[in-house]
Amino acid sequence: MEYLQHQLDNGLTILADCNPRAYSSAFGFFVRTGSRDETPESGGVSHFLEHMVFKGTPNRTAAQVNLELDEMGSASNARTSEESTIYHAAVLPEFQTQVVELLSDIMRPSLRVEDFETEKRVIIEEIKMYDDQPPYGGYEKIMAEFFGNHPLGQSVLGTVDTVSGLTPDRMMTYFEERYSPSNICVAGAGKIDFDRLVDDVQRCCGHWNKFSPVRDKTRAEYRSGFVSSVKPNSHLQYILQMAPGPANEDDIRYATSVMAAIIGDDSGSRLYWEFLDTGLAESAGMASYDYQGSGAIMTYLCCAPQQAAENLLKLQTLQRKVREEGITQKELDLAKRKIASHIVLGSERTNTRMFTVGSQWLAEQKYKSVAEIAEIYENLTVDQINEALRKFPLDQCMTVAVGPNENLETAFTQ
Amino acid sequence: MNHQDIFSHQYENGLTLVAQPMPWLESAAFSIAVPAGCRYDPAEKNGLANFVCEMVQRGCGKLDSRQFIEALEMLGVDYTSSASLYNTNFGGAMCADQLFDTLQIYSDVLQRPTFPQAQLEDGRLVCFQEIHAIEDDLAQRTMMQLRRNYYGDIDGRNCEGSMESVASISMDEIQTFYQTHYRPNGMILACAGKLDWEKLKSHVGDLFSEWASIPVPQVAASKPTHGNQHIVHESEQTHIALAYRGLPYSDPNYYLNRGAVGVLSGGMSSRLFTEVREKRGLCYTVFATCHTLLDKAAVVCYSGTTNDRAQETLDVIIEELQRLSAGITADELRRLKVQIRSSLVMQQESCRSRAGSIAGDWFHLGRVQTLDEVNQRINSMTVETINDYLKTNPPANFDLVTLGPKPLEFNHGIPATPVG
Repeated sequence: MEYLQHQLDNGLTILADCNPRAYSSAFGFFVRTGSRDETPESGGVSHFLEHMVFKGTPNRTAAQVNLELDEMGSASNARTSEESTIYHAAVLPEFQTQVVELLSDIMRPSLRVEDFETEKRVIIEEIKMYDDQPPYGGYEKIMAEFFGNHPLGQSVLGTVDTVSGLTPDRMMTYFEERYSPSNICVAGAGKIDFDRLVDDVQRCCGHWNKFSPVRDKTRAEYRSGFVSSVKPNSHLQYILQMAPGPANEDDIRYATSVMAAIIGDDSGSRLYWEFLDTGLAESAGMASYDYQGSGAIMTYLCCAPQQAAENLLKLQTLQRKVREEGITQKELDLAKRKIASHIVLGSERTNTRMFTVGSQWLAEQKYKSVAEIAEIYENLTVDQINEALRKFPLDQCMTVAVGPNENLETAFTQ
Repeated sequence: MNHQDIFSHQYENGLTLVAQPMPWLESAAFSIAVPAGCRYDPAEKNGLANFVCEMVQRGCGKLDSRQFIEALEMLGVDYTSSASLYNTNFGGAMCADQLFDTLQIYSDVLQRPTFPQAQLEDGRLVCFQEIHAIEDDLAQRTMMQLRRNYYGDIDGRNCEGSMESVASISMDEIQTFYQTHYRPNGMILACAGKLDWEKLKSHVGDLFSEWASIPVPQVAASKPTHGNQHIVHESEQTHIALAYRGLPYSDPNYYLNRGAVGVLSGGMSSRLFTEVREKRGLCYTVFATCHTLLDKAAVVCYSGTTNDRAQETLDVIIEELQRLSAGITADELRRLKVQIRSSLVMQQESCRSRAGSIAGDWFHLGRVQTLDEVNQRINSMTVETINDYLKTNPPANFDLVTLGPKPLEFNHGIPATPVG
């Protein structure tokens, strides 16, 4: 595995983990933009734009883009989050230049009116689809409640109203404010001819104009409380909690993510033994979300509605106990073994490696090799995990409950 | 295409070990299929195989339930387990040097479960939770009802069972099911990754060769109910699932049907994606896929769409299914071949997918197809052979299940069989 990087004059960064023994090559355009960079009235524009990127350019129609991706047998997709939009494709190495040319071209989309209106309907279908799926908008709700008016509280999908109100002009304005080459990196992994990659990207993207997008990185003023959203025809009760966590500039984020694994991994964790092994809940978990300037630790619990009040109390007790007593050396050792194995398995997947390389650039513009990441985790101590526990009290949180139980708030706050 | 070695060995007790060394990896994976699927559940005890799968992991050999999980975590195993129609499956991926110790733990799970009485009610609650989760997954509920109608019981049943059936299962029934169905004869253990075949063969022999084979239980034939069914539910979207006859994986013509379905739903330029989503914006999700049992199969289509556009979505899907019998084009087939070839090659980067894949091949075919062989079968697909197949087997006689506030108009199915 050899790591190589290059920056074009217009600021576009190219990074690749080149592995001559890989069978495939994966490429991604990582754009540092997402729902936190939107104004409230254009909510959902980043995600809608992500769809429109596949709808054609001055050189290609939407149908041609789809055809070409299939002609290469690519496994391609895109995703939008609070702070990034990622376009990616994995192909056999023989298609390297062709797929890079295609991805480069679609990064300058036409936003044709007819395509825009058709795709708007697809987006509204996507919003409605998630409305029917557990936790029924609970994630959007907790982000909004926890982050309040901070831009991180804005929904990635937007609402039917905000999406309906979007126009190609408004989307183009957003594009012109965000898609600067200096705000984008091309990440690659697998069997890659790096010199050719640089030449291809230079030829296709070298003429893009550079400007300086800005992002509001003010630390959020986190909110706490209890919000209940009654959904009578849900069978289960869905409970989400958010507590303050480290931002992605904070070194303590590694210790925090291990803490979240020890408490809330889907196997062998404290939540596992309390709720899953006993069958008291259908699912339970914890994860740390670090963003630029702010961070959150989310706890998720899903159980029978009549069990919810008791489970919430158990959860509170568990959180308090782990903060007071700390974690054990054995818990840390087990977590480290899991993480080490996870790193090895992930490093063998070309696509996973490409995501790691690109995401590192998004977060800190710094590359860490598989060995370096493994070492960071290996060196963590019980004291560091316990420090994270003290610094980010899990029970000082916002709670959102979605489901048929109407009396949960009373039961919980009594 | 890359070189590929596949090894297999059948031990005297009927256990089959099949393996693919992938020396370019640092990891290894295993996939176990023990022939104890939910097809063996007595009808009123549906959910039994799934409950047994839960219980064998709550104490085995010298390990109690917590020690079992901790032992796997110490080995860094990312593990899974589930019951399916034919088999109960256990699988995992890990760093290659932990494979042997991991298999040793699973030899206890399979041969020496302790069934502690104290774990019974917790295990039952876990099974209840799985049933609850399905209730809130509308797409899955729709598809599960479709399978029940299309294949009938036993073949179309789900493994989770109902609250009533799971509530009625006793520890005796769990142990009896274990004794009758967990057996080496008919069991497949597949491994892939960085491994030495000879050492693996001898290690697995040490772990399992004392296990005695037992008679194979018989299963009654299934009775399909077919027809058109609507499930009333106040939801934002209407979920549409339909099925028609497909070809099982073991059929010599499997790839002809697979090719036709690939044209329908194999990528972003496929017909369903283009006509339903790209041109009309009717939905976010639409797909068709091959579902295979040992001796029968279905092509299953699904879409979820807002209620006032559901009728149009169904009509366009039916139109596309009917247009398919007019044949596919050379361009479509060319794209499809590249896609299949590409996904086969990419699979070589994951020992977990290879272990699953070779176990599946062995189960359906009694052998593993090499990459060369699959490639040959794919290359031998031509526009003519696929179109001939479609001419004699046009998509028709659809079973339909919809879930949403209102039923849809539908005149293309098999008339519903009266139940009872």
